[in-house]
Amino acid sequence: MENLEPLANQARSAIAAAQDSATLEQLRVDYLGKKGQLTGLLKGLSNLTPEDRPKAGALINVVKQELQELIGERKTALDATAVKAKLEQEAIDVTMPGRAKTIGGVHPVTQTIERMEDFFSAIGFDVVEGPEIEDDYHNFEALNIPAHHPARAMHDTFYVDEHTVLRTHTSPVQVRVMESQEPPLRIICPGRVYRCDSDLTHTPMFHQVEGLLIDEHSSFSDLKGLIEDFLRVFFERDLEVRFRPSYFPFTEPSAEVDIQCVNCGGKGCRVCSQTGWLEVMGCGMVHPKVFEAAGIDTEKYSGFAFGMGVERLAMLRYGVNDLRLFFDNDLRFLEQF
Amino acid sequence: MKISEKWLREWVSPALSTRELAHQITMAGLEVDAIEPVADMFSGVVVAEILSVEPHPDADKLRVCQVSAGSETVQIVCGAPNARAGLKVPLAQVEAELPGNFKIKRAKLRGVESQGMLCAEQELGLSDSSDGLMELASEAPVGIDLRHYLELDDQVIDISVTPNRADCLGIAGIAREVGLLNNLAVTEPAFTKASETITDTISIEVQAEECCPRYVGRVIKGIDISRPSPQWLQEKLRRCGVRSIDAVVDVTNYLLLELGQPMHAFDHGKLHGAIEVRMAAPDESIELLDGKTLKLSADTLVIADCEGPLAMAGIMGGQRSAVSSTTKDIVLEAAFFAPKPLAGRARSYGLHTDSSHRFERGVDFELQVQAMERATQMLLELVGGEAGPIQEVVSKNNLPARPDVVLRAARIEKVLGLSLSADEVERILCGLGLGVTETDGGWCCSVPSWRFDITIEVDLLEELARVYGYNRLPVTHIHAKLEMQARPETDLSIRYLRRHLSARGYREAITYSFVDPQLQRIFDPEQAPVALSNPISADMAVMRTSLLPGLVSAVLHNTNRQQPSVRLFETGLRFIPDDSGLRQVPTLAMVSTGPRFEESWASPADDSDFFDLKGDIESLLGLTRRSEHFSFGATSRPALHPGQTACITRKGDVVGVVGALHPSVGTELGLNAPLYLCEIDLAVLVEGEIPKYAELSKFPEVRRDLAVVVDKTVSSARLMGDVRAAAGTYITDLRLFDVYTGKGIDPKRKSLALGLTFRDQSRTLGEEDVNVAVGQVIDLLEKNYNADLRN
Repeated sequence: MENLEPLANQARSAIAAAQDSATLEQLRVDYLGKKGQLTGLLKGLSNLTPEDRPKAGALINVVKQELQELIGERKTALDATAVKAKLEQEAIDVTMPGRAKTIGGVHPVTQTIERMEDFFSAIGFDVVEGPEIEDDYHNFEALNIPAHHPARAMHDTFYVDEHTVLRTHTSPVQVRVMESQEPPLRIICPGRVYRCDSDLTHTPMFHQVEGLLIDEHSSFSDLKGLIEDFLRVFFERDLEVRFRPSYFPFTEPSAEVDIQCVNCGGKGCRVCSQTGWLEVMGCGMVHPKVFEAAGIDTEKYSGFAFGMGVERLAMLRYGVNDLRLFFDNDLRFLEQF
Repeated sequence: MKISEKWLREWVSPALSTRELAHQITMAGLEVDAIEPVADMFSGVVVAEILSVEPHPDADKLRVCQVSAGSETVQIVCGAPNARAGLKVPLAQVEAELPGNFKIKRAKLRGVESQGMLCAEQELGLSDSSDGLMELASEAPVGIDLRHYLELDDQVIDISVTPNRADCLGIAGIAREVGLLNNLAVTEPAFTKASETITDTISIEVQAEECCPRYVGRVIKGIDISRPSPQWLQEKLRRCGVRSIDAVVDVTNYLLLELGQPMHAFDHGKLHGAIEVRMAAPDESIELLDGKTLKLSADTLVIADCEGPLAMAGIMGGQRSAVSSTTKDIVLEAAFFAPKPLAGRARSYGLHTDSSHRFERGVDFELQVQAMERATQMLLELVGGEAGPIQEVVSKNNLPARPDVVLRAARIEKVLGLSLSADEVERILCGLGLGVTETDGGWCCSVPSWRFDITIEVDLLEELARVYGYNRLPVTHIHAKLEMQARPETDLSIRYLRRHLSARGYREAITYSFVDPQLQRIFDPEQAPVALSNPISADMAVMRTSLLPGLVSAVLHNTNRQQPSVRLFETGLRFIPDDSGLRQVPTLAMVSTGPRFEESWASPADDSDFFDLKGDIESLLGLTRRSEHFSFGATSRPALHPGQTACITRKGDVVGVVGALHPSVGTELGLNAPLYLCEIDLAVLVEGEIPKYAELSKFPEVRRDLAVVVDKTVSSARLMGDVRAAAGTYITDLRLFDVYTGKGIDPKRKSLALGLTFRDQSRTLGEEDVNVAVGQVIDLLEKNYNADLRN
């Protein structure tokens, strides 16, 4: 029994010195295992007198208990160190750029059309599309623009043949809807339109969104309210809006709509040619001849129509200063939207 | 139309600034495009008279002039060819400031002192060009300030008059509007009718009465055309953008501008026989005033004599009867040519004149005699002569009808959303020159001869709204029944596709629908495209039958600008003419070139290939939940790589194509890197399926892998289809997880590694179940595909 304390001391320092869990396990086997030294001491108890045995056994068990605890503590400590080392080794530079694939995007003209569609469809307008190569009837005649009407000259029409044109506006879609559906109607018609004109401020193709509302009680004052609302939500600010009498063969009364210049707030700048106002759309009450062509009772129904250039509004909204950029499809431009 | 503000104010002069006036008429529907001073700012310029002109001793092109500036005589060195003694010219005195901050100083020109500068119009900002000194009228008072003399403190107001408002194509019409808007009376300039002092007439035969319901002519003899137009007349014309020619032409232009009545003067001495107003005869032609000779079509109205056409009626006069410096006697014409027959005629000859512009839109048909009186009076005053009687040929039946228009008070409220007092309604309508009679529930209005745009009730409503002021009309909100709209769940939104493609790295492009016919031919040589009869340019002459030419051009635009990687998509119509007519087919197209990933530490620098694009298409097809309806098969297309092109079919119908650009086409277009393209009918992509739940199996799955060596020419899609069919009912997934060619494999063969997954709904599959299935697959592969099983 006299060697219990030296053995315990030896084990204590060996446990404290163990640097990995394998060594620690070996120590456990060496001291506490079936053939371990401490176990050997317990086995040696049989050589003692029955009176001494309990006392010596208790002493050995205390040491055994202690060593077990020491091994456990040491193991916990060693595990923690190992985990820490592993984590340290696994550290990465989290500031490096991610493994991302390039993101594409939707064309600003499309984005603008989609915004417009959202505003109008939220209040019950349907979105309708139609053919881009149109017949003369739908593009002109049915809209009260007979052959040789001076208004045709304003349209700079592309002709396919005598009776077929590239639509100069999306109004023919409205005609097609009026032909096939009964009022009340609430539609908007987005799409490509074509005019034989190309310079700094004109491209031979551009986009329009036109709208039509026909109901039993719709008036010019409703039209004003709708347009003012639209322009306010589109530009997300309280803009001054003014309605100017104008002329379109398919509406009467007709109006051009101006907004306070979004660039200078109406003070006058290059964008608004110093006038403080920007012309943004045309509108008016549907002309009775258009209703007649579509077979709609002009006494029962009234309605209004409006049309706007998408590129024009997109330019004002996003500050684009060159119309032609929309059709160059330069990635450096597209990536900005 | 450009008008001088001073001229307008001779008729009606509200107490408004120029800007306020412009705003007022803009808001009444006569949009002011621009306001410009009639002359740039300058000072210190006076009317002067050249007393003598001597050659410069040391310069061939310069001359030394003694010039009277009223109180003093100064010496001016001048290079203008028209400098001559007795000429009245503008003199910029020493210390004068000319436009462009140009200060006049005492100077020596080649050793000779010059005390100021004689000015050309251009130097004073009065015109854009000039070819000598500005020649002032001989009666101009020497010494007087030029700005004062020419009344240059005036503005040009440029108004864009809409096609319906022909009545405002003259000072008089605009004055009428301004008068009404300001509640002011309009004063026509007073003049005394010239008296007829001779009895000479010319015989006028109007054959085309429908086209010319009124023709007014007058013979004036013995004019002195050498007398130039007075400065005030020239100035008025200049401010309205019309050049002075001679007194006769100037007077006709004056009336065109003032009253809106186009007039014409013929040289009486050059006329032969009666004046005929008729349609052009076959094969007739005319030499116009501008020197061009036109062959006339039978629908063209002409003024002719017995030797043929003298003028294209209402469009332009002819050279043969033109007034010239030798003209002594003239025939003046003021006619009403009906708008409809004249509409489009000028344009059909590529012409557009002040006269045709007005006649096509409608000239007041009661104006001709008045205009003739006024023109005669002016002419006699300016160039002398004696006037014969006014000759008028009228076809009353053919004058425009002006049926009364009824306005119901209730409609004002219904259409405009505004209640307007009866007094206000009557004030506005009367102010516009309408005759207004109150009726039960409204008014009956007679329409004046100058308004061609008032025929129905809504025309009157527009007038009320316009004059009352659009911006004073109420603002309300639409009321409608809130009904829920059906939205088929199987309709996939195109927006969804756009966002999906954009998440996969594609940017949306918008290219022109018209393309270069040559490029079109490269991509689609079999299909004749729709050609435009008036393309804007040769490279935008045909409508696309495919979106690919446009997208390829967009790729080129970017690769030419150092963008190595370009992925674009576009949606839009293709235009396919075929036997049944024209099909306008909604289409989606995609293109891809360059590295698969952006250059990065994390990504390999590989270029994208066919299977990148195909994978993107497959992902789109997946959105429809009907992938199994689609298949890809090898095909060939013009402009595409013969070994890397697949057609996309849906239940057997070809709906699209995907492939690599043919390398030689790429080289021809200037594309160095391989380009992959795809085009697919949009309709098949937006037609989805409503999901239907299938019971989840509670039992584990079993996977078996097979590697087989088959001929390279074997279609893996076909093989996999057959494998799936042979694998029995338990197979739930089949994938091609590796393809190998190279070392260890016959060069004509390839190794395909297939992963087969089996599972059953009702029990755990045993080894035997799977072995049977795999055995069937192996049998099939060996028998039908000459396959060797690899281990």
